Amino acid sequence: MKLIIAIIQPHKLESVKRELEAVEVNLMTVTNVLGQGRQKGVTEIYRGAKEAGGLLNKVRLDIAVNQDFVEPTIKAIIKGAHTGSVGDGKIFVVELVECIRISNAERGPKAIG
Amino acid sequence: MNSGDTAWVLMSTALVLLMTIPGLAFFYGGLVRRKNVLSILMQCFIILCVISLQWILFGYSLAFGPDVHGLIGNLDWAGLKGVGSLPNADYAATIPHIVFMIFQMMFAVITPALIIGAYAERVKFPAFLLFTVLWATFVYDPLAHWVWGTGGWLKKMGVLDFAGGIVVHVSSGISALVLAVLLGKRISYNHRPIRPHNLPFTVLGAALLWFGWFGFNAGSALAADGIAANAFLTTNTAAAAAGLTWAIIEWWQNGTPTILGTVTGAVAGLATVTAASGFINPINAIFVGIAAAVLCYIFVAIIKTKLGYDDSLDAFGVHGVGGALGTIALGLFCEKTINAAGNNGLLFGNPKQFFIQCLAVAVPIIFTAIMTWLIFKIVDVLIGMRVEEKNEIIGLDLTQQSEAAYTVIE
Repeated sequence: MKLIIAIIQPHKLESVKRELEAVEVNLMTVTNVLGQGRQKGVTEIYRGAKEAGGLLNKVRLDIAVNQDFVEPTIKAIIKGAHTGSVGDGKIFVVELVECIRISNAERGPKAIG
Repeated sequence: MNSGDTAWVLMSTALVLLMTIPGLAFFYGGLVRRKNVLSILMQCFIILCVISLQWILFGYSLAFGPDVHGLIGNLDWAGLKGVGSLPNADYAATIPHIVFMIFQMMFAVITPALIIGAYAERVKFPAFLLFTVLWATFVYDPLAHWVWGTGGWLKKMGVLDFAGGIVVHVSSGISALVLAVLLGKRISYNHRPIRPHNLPFTVLGAALLWFGWFGFNAGSALAADGIAANAFLTTNTAAAAAGLTWAIIEWWQNGTPTILGTVTGAVAGLATVTAASGFINPINAIFVGIAAAVLCYIFVAIIKTKLGYDDSLDAFGVHGVGGALGTIALGLFCEKTINAAGNNGLLFGNPKQFFIQCLAVAVPIIFTAIMTWLIFKIVDVLIGMRVEEKNEIIGLDLTQQSEAAYTVIE
């Protein structure tokens, strides 16, 4: 089991979701986050006071998958979120130690999907 | 008595109330961080409650009651004794005396509310309350008497202030500066700029201020006549010129105009034209507006940063600077063809009025600064003006009022 964490451009959420559904990955948690990468942030000005490098809006997806779904999920996220410029985001894949479905206390791989 | 005049001044009274709440409350409320927005709304709202009562009980009598040596009114009119539905010819011959009284009440309310911009995000609520009552009684009421009260010494000298450039804006602006210096900077002010938490609130508040200002300035004619109409037009013209000028300055300096800059410019134009609105022509109001934006921009964006005082919401930079500029500009641009009860200014062959107006700025600055310092020291000893560091970090909404403006989780 793996936990896939993707940080993407907010306006790409819809196309990423569409690509994930096409490979039958339907379960995810989505949050609004702030961040900065290589492209740095934008400069904000309030009554003449400049704040350089304010953080940019990003969207974070948390997706738990079984081993067979890892590569299809990564490919779907790239397909949906790719524009080719800095700021497209990153995907992190981490080991998932356990997964428990709260409604019936199922554990392990069968609790994921 | 004139029913048209009475109707207009009653209507104007309601417009000036709208300037304090929700106008100023949201203008300032949007500029602070989300943890302090309710403290600003509360301060504006409670000022309306407290000063409304102070004014009826004794404030109006101190400001406008029978004169004592040109310095203050006596207490003959305390509790509105003798202030009724018949006109008082000294102030307004065509409207009931109580209409004049309640119109002036709204000015007494908004003036201490303007000062909130200086101590935003770090003042103890009880200290704020005591400061406000003492300031209204020992600064606003005497100053209103000097400039507007029958027998007031500045009035007798020929000082002109149509709608409160001196009494409202210079006084609150200077007090704001003194308080900002005495209270010190907000924690983290130097480390990074403090970003406004809700600029749409600020724009909404500024728009309501502009709207209410028609009552403030045109209502100060105390009649529905040509002088009111002229004040209405100069008010709108100066605000428009100042808002546009500020946007252009930002465009030139930073590459983009901002909505915060544009509304700040408009409010600066409104504060600046206040003293002059009933005495100058609409074309000169354009110059007043442009000068307001340029000078206030210099104070807000450059001088404040250089000197390092934390005039948090620019009460001094906008209202103090604008009010003083407008009072002096009045000495240049006023003309008797616009208002026979006024005078001619420097540009109309009467340099004396210009010097009188300069004095009319200098005297209140000194008086207000000393009195604000004194009242601050008294309140600081009795209660303590500033909240503890840990409470400032948590925010005034939770620590001074036990409530939060926004929920993050249901």
